[in-house]
Amino acid sequence: MSQDASTRRNAAATEFDRRDSSWWTDRIARTVVFAGGISAIVFIVGILLFIATQGLEFAATRLSWSEFFGSIAWRPNGHPAEYGALALIAGTASTTAIAMVIVVPLSIGAAIYIGEFARGKTREWLKILIELLAAIPSVVWGVIGLHVMGPLMTQAFGVPSGLNLLNAGIILGLMAAPIMTTIAEDALKAVPDTYREAAEALGATKWQVVFRVVLPHARPGLSAAVLLGVGRAFGETIAVLMASGHAINIPHSLFDPVRTLTATIAAELGETAEGDDHYQALFVLGMLLFVITFAINVTADSIVRGIRRKKA
Amino acid sequence: MVTPGAHSAVESMLDVKGLTVRYGAHTALQDVTLQVRPNEIFGIIGPANAGKTSFLRALNRMSDFVSGMQIEGSVHLAGRDIANVRNVYALRRRIGVVFPLPVGLPLSIYDNVALAPRLRGVKSRAELDEIVERCLRRAALWDEVKDRLRNLGSLLSGGQQQRLTIARALSQDPDLLLLDEFSIAVDPVTTMRIEEVLKELRQEMTIVLVTNLVQQARRLADRTAFFLGSRCVEIADTEDLFTGTVKDQRTRDYVEGRYG
Repeated sequence: MSQDASTRRNAAATEFDRRDSSWWTDRIARTVVFAGGISAIVFIVGILLFIATQGLEFAATRLSWSEFFGSIAWRPNGHPAEYGALALIAGTASTTAIAMVIVVPLSIGAAIYIGEFARGKTREWLKILIELLAAIPSVVWGVIGLHVMGPLMTQAFGVPSGLNLLNAGIILGLMAAPIMTTIAEDALKAVPDTYREAAEALGATKWQVVFRVVLPHARPGLSAAVLLGVGRAFGETIAVLMASGHAINIPHSLFDPVRTLTATIAAELGETAEGDDHYQALFVLGMLLFVITFAINVTADSIVRGIRRKKA
Repeated sequence: MVTPGAHSAVESMLDVKGLTVRYGAHTALQDVTLQVRPNEIFGIIGPANAGKTSFLRALNRMSDFVSGMQIEGSVHLAGRDIANVRNVYALRRRIGVVFPLPVGLPLSIYDNVALAPRLRGVKSRAELDEIVERCLRRAALWDEVKDRLRNLGSLLSGGQQQRLTIARALSQDPDLLLLDEFSIAVDPVTTMRIEEVLKELRQEMTIVLVTNLVQQARRLADRTAFFLGSRCVEIADTEDLFTGTVKDQRTRDYVEGRYG
C-alpha cells in the first residue's frame, strides 16, 4: 500500500508540470481578455491622437494661449478672428456644477430610499421608472428644456429668457439622475446584509444603520456614481445646446444664458472647412474636453484608491 | 502503517525549509522548517497572529493571488518544489483546503460538492452522484440536506456551510488536506463525528490541522507544532506535548492554558 502511495505521489509530481486541457483553456482565455483590455487602450490612444493632430498645427503656431484661456471673445468669423474660450469653459463648468447641486442629493436620496427603505412593489416600480428615465433620448430633454422649462421659467421668475444656466443645469441634472441613482444603489446593495444586521442588533435605527454603517462602506461606489454623473453632464451636448440659450457669456446669475464647450463644437463644426483655423480651433476645444475628463477620472480613481488604502 | 518499502518511509509528504511569509513590511511567519509525513495528521496550535493561517496559505501558493504576499524558503510537496511547478492549478487540485469562515459558493448544494470533480473532467451523472453522497456523508451533512440538494449552498446555516466546505474539499480527493479551524462554527456533537471521519481519512491522505482547540489537536494529531509570534517554537509527538515532556517552557504554558 505504501508502494501505491509512492507511485501516486510520483504521478502527482509530474502532473504538476503537465499542460492539460484546462491549463490551455486558461492560457487562451487569458490571451483573449488581454486583447480586449489592450484594445480599450488602443482606441483611447487612437482618439487622442486624432483629436491632437487635427488641431496641432494651429495650436502650435497661430493660437494665442493667453487669449484662449484669458479672453471671453470667441469670434472665429471676426476680422481678425478671436479664439477666447474662457466663457465656454465657464459655461461648461457652471452648467455641470448646477446640475450636480441639483442631482447629487436627489440621486443619492433616491438610491438610499430604493435600497434601504422601500419594500416590495414600491421598490420594483421605482427602479423601473428610474431606468425608463435613462432611456429618454437627449434631444427630447432638449425639447423639454426649450418648450416646457423655458416658458415655465419666464413665467415663474419673470426673466427675459427662459433659456439659461438654471434651465440647462436642471435638464442636465435630470439626465444624469438615472445613471447616478442606479450606480449608487448598486453600491449600497454591495454592502453585506450581515453589516446591517450587526448594527441593527445593537439597537441602531434604520437611519443610523444607513448613516453610520452602510454609507461609509459604500463611499467608493457612491463617489464613482457621482463622478459618472459629472461625466454625463459634462459631455452632454444637444440638450444643453437647446436649453442653455447658447450665448457667449460669463454667467453672473442663474438666469444668464451660457454656452458650453460641447455645444460650440456641435454647432460650429459644420460651418468650417476641414483644416482651416476655425476647424482646428474646435479640435483644440475637443482636446481641452479630453484633458478635463482625464483629470476628473484620475482624481476619481485616486479618491477611490485612497479610501481603499485607508481601509486595508 | 509501517512500510516495507524503505524509500517511501523516509519520504516526506510535505517538506518545508526556512519558510518566511511577509505581507509588505509585516512578517507573518519567520523561518519555519518542518516535515509532514505521509498519512499523518499534523496539528498546528498557537494563539492568534502566530502565523498558522499564513503557513497554510503558502502551501498551496495562494500567494500568487494575494498582492504584497512574499514567500521565502522552500516547500516541497511529495518531493516536488512547489515554487516552480508549471501547472499551479494541478497542484491545487491535489490539495484540499477548508477555510475558517465557511464559504458556500452561490451554487446548489449538489453543485458545490460536484464542482471539483467536474473541474477535473468527471461528467458521468452516476459517478458525480456517488461522489457527492460520499463526501456529504463524510462531512456529516448528508442526512440534513439529502432531500434538498438543489437548494443554494450559500443559504445553509453557518455550521452547515462549514461542513459543506469540508465535503467540497474532500470531493477533490486530495493528497493533502489543510484544515483551518474547521470546527469554528460547528456544534460539538457534529465536530466529534467529523473528527472520527478525519481519523479514517488518514488512510487516504495527509492532513494538516490548524486549530485553536488544544484538545482537538490532542484527540487527532500524531504530531503537533506549536507556533508563537510568527515562529515555530516546537514540534513534538502530540502525546509528549500533553504529558509535559517538551523542551520549551512556552509550549507547556500554552498547552496548559496559561496564555494564548
